[in-house]
Amino acid sequence: MKAVITVIGKDTVGIIAKISELCAKVNVNIVDITQKVMDDMFVMIMITDVSAMNEKFTDFIDKMDLLGKEMGLVIHTMHEDLFNAMHKI
Amino acid sequence: MFDTDNILETIHMITNEHLDIRTITMGISLYDCASPDTRDSCRKIYDKICKKAEHLVKTGDEIEKEFGIPIINKRISVTPIALISAACGEKNLTPFAVALQNAADTCGVNFIGGFTALVQKGFTPSDTALINSIPEALTATKNVCSSVNIASTRAGINMDAAAMMGKIIKQLAYNTREDNSIGCAKLVIFANAVEDNPFMAGAFCGAGEGDTMINVGVSGPGVVKSALEKCDGDLSDVADTIKKTAFKITRMGQLVASEASKRLGVPFGIVDLSLAPTPAIGDSVAHILEEMGLESCGACGTTAALALLNDAVKKGGVMASSQVGGLSGAFIPVSEDAGMIDAVNKGALTIEKLEAMTAVCSVGLDMIAIPGDTDENIISALIADEAAIGVVNSKTTAVRIIPAYNKHVGDEISFGGLLGSAPVMEINSFSPARFISRGGRIPAPIQSLKN
Repeated sequence: MKAVITVIGKDTVGIIAKISELCAKVNVNIVDITQKVMDDMFVMIMITDVSAMNEKFTDFIDKMDLLGKEMGLVIHTMHEDLFNAMHKI
Repeated sequence: MFDTDNILETIHMITNEHLDIRTITMGISLYDCASPDTRDSCRKIYDKICKKAEHLVKTGDEIEKEFGIPIINKRISVTPIALISAACGEKNLTPFAVALQNAADTCGVNFIGGFTALVQKGFTPSDTALINSIPEALTATKNVCSSVNIASTRAGINMDAAAMMGKIIKQLAYNTREDNSIGCAKLVIFANAVEDNPFMAGAFCGAGEGDTMINVGVSGPGVVKSALEKCDGDLSDVADTIKKTAFKITRMGQLVASEASKRLGVPFGIVDLSLAPTPAIGDSVAHILEEMGLESCGACGTTAALALLNDAVKKGGVMASSQVGGLSGAFIPVSEDAGMIDAVNKGALTIEKLEAMTAVCSVGLDMIAIPGDTDENIISALIADEAAIGVVNSKTTAVRIIPAYNKHVGDEISFGGLLGSAPVMEINSFSPARFISRGGRIPAPIQSLKN
């Protein structure tokens, strides 16, 4: 199963580092990253493989939310099926 | 693999445009709960609901979290209680409503529907008992919803039932006068009621349904409005834009429905493709109509715009779901839609216009407050008018009207939450009393003879 992590917020040092660190800690593999800074807004979409993760997916979502709050970012961690359902026939 | 724009579009719909799953509703049959003893029957009802819906709220919350889609309500609909209570011959059916309330409390759902009687052709003693119990039952409970089907295209209109419902609504408004007559917000009078509707207050688990099933109601007026903001084309383009948006919304509903069905081990029933507004800014059906080019909802052109919207929602949604059902279309509740409330307050929207709109929307006159001193015959006649529209056009119509006790035209009553607040509207006060007192049945129209 894959999860899509989107990160939106003011650009600052170490966003990708912190998020990657959290992924590595729970054995989540990063498959793809698209990232842009528009003016000083940071936008990133990260596709991750969570099939071998060593904790519950919902706990991972909680940790990402918490990290987002700490860094002043909005982080959405969502199951890939939502995007497949809405945008693929 | 994934298109960045698609991902951001979905996130934007959820965070900025109020895209959500309005309800996951578990339908539960209570046929096996009938008993000659009222207490025994109520106990069986409570036990069965609590057993079947034990994990409903928890599962809904999990899906919400994992998929990142807000699921606003988890609810339960049950077999019409009048069918179950017939076995015990009880006159006052309030204990059944209390059993439903207790089950709702235990399961943690915010509404339970099915305190219902189906009397389109006639009354059983149990139907009469249920209708007479409505004022007390909906006063004694907080989250129980009631509905009465008084007409169908096949059976015509039961005018004795319409006459009764006028009185019942007035009594219920009086009983709950301390809370702005909120009891009436939990009572729907239907024509052509559907058996798999997941939306309250009219949800019940119909006679032809299975033992349990999952029905999902999607929403998303804000998403449709926002898509139309970017559409400068003619009305064919408007219809196309709505179809595409409805498709996406419904795919999300289908995903949640099949996921909930799988996790709960309960068969998937239907997805109801309804645009259900909320009082939140940016979540209004009226604003969609205005976005199409009307100065205000209620202006001439409103019925045509609503017809386009209602039809395009269905066409877009129907391919996105394996089973479509329920009411499917656009709801036009007044108190639950910021744009409708504004339109009423500035004098653009009247009950007569709303009635015309119900000929092309998904249901009927919904969440409309009228003066508390409105004669019961006027309410019965309004119900009959609405039923006539449904019966002749082979569609569901309904009346959920609140004769707000001690309130007058120009007052505003507030219910809070999803029920919103309603300006008290003027209603034609010429008397239909003689018409209503005739009683009997309005025969089924010629289009009922389809065989």
